[in-house]
Amino acid sequence: MDNQTRNVRLLYFAWLREKVGLASEEVELPVGIATVADLVDWLEQRGPQYGEAFARREVVRTALDKVHVKPSTALGAAREIAFFPPVTGG
Amino acid sequence: MAVRVQHDDFDVSAETEKLIGGRTDIGAIVTFTGRVRGADSERQIEALTLEHYPDMTEAEMARIEAEAHARWPLQASLLIHRVGELHAGDNIVLVIAASAHRQAAFEAAAFLMDYLKTRAPFWKKETMPSGETKWVDARAEDDGAADRWR
Repeated sequence: MDNQTRNVRLLYFAWLREKVGLASEEVELPVGIATVADLVDWLEQRGPQYGEAFARREVVRTALDKVHVKPSTALGAAREIAFFPPVTGG
Repeated sequence: MAVRVQHDDFDVSAETEKLIGGRTDIGAIVTFTGRVRGADSERQIEALTLEHYPDMTEAEMARIEAEAHARWPLQASLLIHRVGELHAGDNIVLVIAASAHRQAAFEAAAFLMDYLKTRAPFWKKETMPSGETKWVDARAEDDGAADRWR
């Protein structure tokens, strides 16, 4: 699997959605993207709107297939990767 | 055990009755209702809009609820969170924790709220009277409140 590209669905919420300008997109992950942090590095190269969305990347939270994870977490076989600000419900 | 995400308002008495009505093994019920604050010393808001991550929200709320049941001897519990556009004085969130004795119910209700606020994927956007909008920032105090349960 490591030497093949694959498609994943990316979701953006709250101000990340507004900055990226999309609620969701399908992308083909290039070979070599192993962790959440790798994915963010790659996304930042895709255009200024991504650079702006991830400018304060230490505050951006991530979920893989609807479970909270850390930037160092391996993407594994995740199909849906969501990026969002710290939550403010309750 | 139940979790719900809904646009509609909720009725605390009706939800409590539905959850524990007729049961005689429950000696303590703690209910917490969170409401929209319209104004404080720093700002006044026209509306509060709640966005969420459908499916993950329910899954995360269920994980939080299961964690509370693992930590305290709860007989019943309910978590309801509203989404969409709300206004000052509206209900936002309801937590009910029911147990044989009060300590478990008090602690579990506090835990459920602390974890909801820091883990459930909801985001609040405020609309000011001028029409200007602003995403609400997460508060460090909320993380501190959740950390005390570790």
